[in-house]
Amino acid sequence: MAWNRDEMAARAARELDDGFYVNLGIGIPTLVANHIPAGVSVQLQSENGMLGIGPFPFEGEEDADIINAGKQTVTMLPTTSIFSSADSFAMIRGGHIDLSILGALQVAQNGDLANWMIPGKMVKGMGGAMDLVAGVKRVVVLMEHTAGGKPKLLRECNLPLTGARVVDMVISELGVFSIDRRGDAGMMLVELAPGVSLDEVRAKTEAEFRIAN
Amino acid sequence: MGKVYPDATAALAGVLRDGMIIHSGGFGLSGIPALLIDAIQESGVTGLTVVSNNAGIDDVGLGKLLRTRQIKKMIASYVGENAEFARQFLAGELEIEFNPQGTLAERIRAGGAGIPAFFTKTGVGTKVAEGKPTQVFDGETYVMERGIVADLALVHAWKGDTEGNLVYRRTARNFNPMMATAAKITVAQVEHLVQPGEIDPDHVITPGVFVKRIIVCPAGYEKRIEQRTTTPKAA
Repeated sequence: MAWNRDEMAARAARELDDGFYVNLGIGIPTLVANHIPAGVSVQLQSENGMLGIGPFPFEGEEDADIINAGKQTVTMLPTTSIFSSADSFAMIRGGHIDLSILGALQVAQNGDLANWMIPGKMVKGMGGAMDLVAGVKRVVVLMEHTAGGKPKLLRECNLPLTGARVVDMVISELGVFSIDRRGDAGMMLVELAPGVSLDEVRAKTEAEFRIAN
Repeated sequence: MGKVYPDATAALAGVLRDGMIIHSGGFGLSGIPALLIDAIQESGVTGLTVVSNNAGIDDVGLGKLLRTRQIKKMIASYVGENAEFARQFLAGELEIEFNPQGTLAERIRAGGAGIPAFFTKTGVGTKVAEGKPTQVFDGETYVMERGIVADLALVHAWKGDTEGNLVYRRTARNFNPMMATAAKITVAQVEHLVQPGEIDPDHVITPGVFVKRIIVCPAGYEKRIEQRTTTPKAA
């Protein structure tokens, strides 16, 4: 059995270390907040200008002035700080955020990432994704392994890039891959989801990968 | 000369012209200068280039200026929430320049600080860097991005005094402080107008030097919520 969305998020949450400052993207990455391991304390960052994101407010207590990067109403915590978007991206671009977990359309075996644009379709914009992958210390992609039956882990991305050689790890429903984005060792399968065979991963992956011992 | 004006139309009198560049604060619908945007709509000024992280939604904020075709070009980072925007863009009626959000924030900050250009890693190796100078610093490649100075900046603040000192509230701060610094004329709408001395100087986020004109939001001014997400109350 491959991992479901919550199990994928739980696996990604194991990449969190105590004391980390973390930015979570929209979609499955948002679910990671529900799976932070016991004994691990992290502060979640929101690009618009908030560090320390609390849960959604109780009905009737929504505040138009307290939103996350997905424009959803959220709450503050005792640890929360508020700042401008310029200061927010000083944190991101200055390398002060430990981990970014985000979704992808395609990832290449050298760590190239495409997740903001499909030519010919409506382009919504990259938001903060290009800044996050360029500036955050470690980038984990959390995504479905295939789209419409086609592999998303490729030798080379054919969609416009969000960043070149930026991805450190990919977690899909089938398993976990590490990427040597700074060197030339390429991609390595480091973990299979329970009940997933190597043959299934090979069949659904275009990228070349080694297998961890 | 007083900075306080009776309403948005008065505060923008003599400032608006066709083809101007306008900074419009806010993130999503949080902290947008909605009264000032409404006054721009009423003025009928056209051919505008608007710098804003987002483009409002169909009937709120900049979405209104898109409907009336007053915007020629948007410089933004994400516009996914606006159907009219999508229609005009796909029909070739609207120019769009996408900037990474941090690059956009820094371009405005730099513009306000008199910095004409800066280098960043963001966007290197992507479409964003095409045609722009790059330079290697300490073994890493960076792309040059330009500062942006607008003709007019519109910002929303929570509290302001009659000298133009501004305080923002929660994440409604977002792009407003940088935009306030980066235009020939900055007009602020504030939820609460107070007298000098009522804001602790340590708490001022935008010093009054950056703000030329101020209006106060009328009682009942509505701040819209784009994505209302809640936690069920325990039974």
